[in-house]
Formats: sequence, C-alpha cells, structure tokens
Amino acid sequence: MIDVLDSPIVQRALIGVLITGLIAPSLGIYLVQRRMSLIGDGIGHIALTGVGLGLLTGNQPVFTAVIVAIIGSIAVELVRSRGRTSGDQALAILFYGGISGGVFLVGLAPNKTNASLMTYLFGSPLTTTWDDLVVMAVLGAVVLAVTLGLRPWLFAICQDEEYAKVAGLPVRFLNLLLAVMAAVTVTVAMRAVGLLLVSALMVVPVAMAQQLARGFSSTMAISMLGGLIAGLIGSDMSIRLDTGTGATVVLSAIALFVVVALVSPLLRRGRQRGGPAGGDSAPEWVVDQ
Amino acid sequence: MSTDTVLRISHGAVAFGDRAVLRDLNLTVQSGEVVAILGANGSGKSTLIRAALGLLPLRSGSVELFGRPLAKVRQWKRIGYVPQRLGAGSGVPATVREVVSAGRLARRGFLRPAGRADRAAVTEAIEAVGLGDRAGDPVSTLSGGQQQRTLIARALAGGPELLVLDEPTAGVDAASQEAFAGALRAFVDRGGTVILVAHELGPLQSVVTRAVVIHDGVIAHDGAVPRPAGHHAEPGHDHVHPHAPGDEPDIWGTR
Repeated sequence: MIDVLDSPIVQRALIGVLITGLIAPSLGIYLVQRRMSLIGDGIGHIALTGVGLGLLTGNQPVFTAVIVAIIGSIAVELVRSRGRTSGDQALAILFYGGISGGVFLVGLAPNKTNASLMTYLFGSPLTTTWDDLVVMAVLGAVVLAVTLGLRPWLFAICQDEEYAKVAGLPVRFLNLLLAVMAAVTVTVAMRAVGLLLVSALMVVPVAMAQQLARGFSSTMAISMLGGLIAGLIGSDMSIRLDTGTGATVVLSAIALFVVVALVSPLLRRGRQRGGPAGGDSAPEWVVDQ
Repeated sequence: MSTDTVLRISHGAVAFGDRAVLRDLNLTVQSGEVVAILGANGSGKSTLIRAALGLLPLRSGSVELFGRPLAKVRQWKRIGYVPQRLGAGSGVPATVREVVSAGRLARRGFLRPAGRADRAAVTEAIEAVGLGDRAGDPVSTLSGGQQQRTLIARALAGGPELLVLDEPTAGVDAASQEAFAGALRAFVDRGGTVILVAHELGPLQSVVTRAVVIHDGVIAHDGAVPRPAGHHAEPGHDHVHPHAPGDEPDIWGTR
C-alpha cells in the first residue's frame, strides 16, 4: 500500500474514508442506544433527493443533500417523538419517497448518467477533491464536537428520555440537534461510502465495540477506533482488489465484528477466572410459584 | 420543619383517548411527608405521578410543584424521579456510574463540565444504595433489585428535595428492598419529601407517613396506612401483574 499512497488521489480517498470511519460510529452509538439503528439508512435515502435536486439545478449536490437530509431527519425526529403507532409507516413513506425522488430528479437532470447516481449511492472516494475534503473535515469536526462534547446530555436523553425530561434537560433541543448531526454525518459519508452504506458504519463498529466494552464511553472510543481500522483495511483491500471502496470498508467492519464476536467470549472467560468472582451471589429475585 | 407545599394537584383529570383514568383528583403534599400512592393495577396510581411530573398531559385541572405551575417549573433539580425500571435497555453497555452520573446533570447545568463536587455526589449516591463495589459494572449485569437501586442513586445524585418513585419495590429481592428502605429513611431524616407509588409496602411501611389509595381514578382513602386485606394479606399469595405476566414475581414471592 505504501507505493499507492504516494498518489494524491489515493491520499484524499483515504482521508475521506477515515473521517467517515471516525465520526459515523460516534454519532451512530446514540442511534443504537435508542434502538434506531436503521434511521441512518433512512436519512441516507432522503438525502438522495437532495443530490437529485443539486444535479438538476446545477448546485453542489453536497449542499443540497445536507439541507434535504436535515429537513428529512427533523421530520423523522418529529414522527419519533410523537410515538404514534402509524409512525412506522410514516417513516417508510418518507424514506422511499426520498430515494425515489432522488432517482426521479437525477433522471430529469440534463447530464444524467446512471454512473453519477451510483457514485452517490455507493460512494466514490477516488473522486474526492481537496475542496470536498475541506467540507468533510469541517462538518466532521462539528459532528465530533457535538457527539463528544455533549456526551453526558446525549447519553441521558438516549438512555432514558422521560428521566431526562423530569431532570429539566433541554430534551427537545438535544433531540433535534442529534437529528441534524445524523443528517450531517450521512452527507459527510456520502462521498466515501455512499448513502446506502453509511448506516453500516454508524452501527457495525458499535456492535463490535459493545462486546468488548463495559461502559458507554469505552464503547464509544472502541467503536471509533474500529471505524478507523475498518476504513484503513477496507481502503487498502479495495485498491488491491479493485473493488468498490464503500462496500469493502463495510465488509471489513463486519469482518472485524465477527472476529470480535468469536474472540470476546474467550476474553471474558479469562477475565472472570483472573478477577474477583464475577457476578453477585445474591439471587436476582426469587421465583416462588 | 417547614410546611411548604411541594405538590398540589387541583381537579386533575387524565384520559387516554376516551377512557378517563383520573377524574377530578385533588392532592396536596407538604414538605417532609412520605406519601404512598396505593391502588390496584390500572387504578391510575402511576398515571397520577406521571401527570404530576408533566410526563402526561392533564385533560383538565392543574398541577403545581413547589408552588409553581408545571409549565413554569424551572428548578427540576429539586425533584428526583425514579421510574419503574431502567430504560428500554439498549444493546450499548453503560456502567452504574455512567447511569448515576446522568442524575447529576440537572444540578450541574447545561454544557458545564463535571466538577469535583459532581463526581463526589455521584460516588456518594452509589455508596448510599450499597452499590459501591459495582460502580464500574455494566448495569445489564446487575440483578433487578440492583438496577432499581441504581435508578434511586441516579435520583439521589442530584441532591433533590422531593423523591418521586414509581413502584420502587416491584420485583425486587429482599436484600435490595432493605437497602432501599434504608436509603429512603436517610433521605427523609435529612428533611426530604417522598411520593412513591406502590402495590404493597413491605419494609417501607415504617417510613411511610400517609397513604393515598386510588380506586377507579379517584382518591378512595387518604390518611393512615391501611392494612393489607383479603388474599393480598396471605404470605403465600402469588401476585401476578397483568402488565407483566409471570416475568416478575412481586415482593410477596420473596417472603
């Protein structure tokens, strides 16, 4: 990989993928904690309408995508916070409307090619420009500032929203902020792994990390590390094998998850044998039937 | 002890759709009281405290906390809420300390980093419920009773004046019930006010100063703690909650 790294194209691609690998799990952990792992995928669907809008009107698709994704994710948050039973269907309409709208608008665009659509759906890190990288870095820094800086508050609303309300935390503001950050993350990741795969990097590293960690902050740290490693391995493999970067990065993350899933029970057993007697001997509760 | 009014519900009514759960309910709790809200499942006792905390909207009537209408309450740090159980329990692990630390946020202030006093309060709250040796463990590895104690520690960490507990002893082992009663007694001795919803009181009986029995959406009894009657009073009574069929034997089951 060393020789390929001399190429600025590859350098930019790698930086883009690493930014994504770092920020996606830091945001995704909150979605996973809320049991809304697939919301990132839905926001990716909605963002495609923004891409179509950008291509149609000759604007930068990144900007139109981020705007549409933010509007979409706020709509998702409103549906979620109302907690209606019909919310499930409302989300489906929103998501499929989003992806259909995107394909439709790209079709209307003057210089339409299916290739450009594929670029946004599955990523094309090798086409990343320095300008793209600057946008990704700035937006990524904003996301990280929120996900790391507001961790105690975001943890509180995702862990127990009603408690957070009674504690007087600005729950509605934090929910909307989290929704907006999810939209920004999706857009940042669009170039690197694509709108259809971004959700994987929000969820899979977290799933990997929670098998190793005992607490929330350690899960967060390990998942971000996992995102970076998956980005590195995936980028390297995709160049060697000439495969799609986004897909290869996601497969690397899943491979990492599988390895950890196989190894962590052994680690845990070792820890239990070494440390103080694991678990509490007091009965959880006495079943008396 | 001051006799400030901590909670006042005036003509409170709550309905889910067309079904009235609470009807024209009046309740005043003074500072220093330990009030048990008792009643059968579905009587509306949990609804009562959820409405009192603004988690459920009132159809009519009003709620005042510490003398201020609910919408104007800003000092939420004076209230420590203990829900029935730990949130949905997502897959992401969280340690006892992390969960309890969330209870300090109300007092800490938004965007303010945790100071030494905050960390000390969290440690103290964990010690107070007897979980000092489990602070670094994931809450998912704790027993039901220990999880309940974690939630109480979370409420205590903010240094509240009023504790509101929703069925704190449901499905809790005997050791945890004793630890819980002890923590509650210490809180009351320092001048705290307690409102708790319970199915039956068990070891809490000696702490409670007043019982309010809700039946069919109205207050059926307000005063001394009634003695359990009928088959409820039999020690071998197997009490199954309709909302949690079979998975959660209640304190009678622990004998």
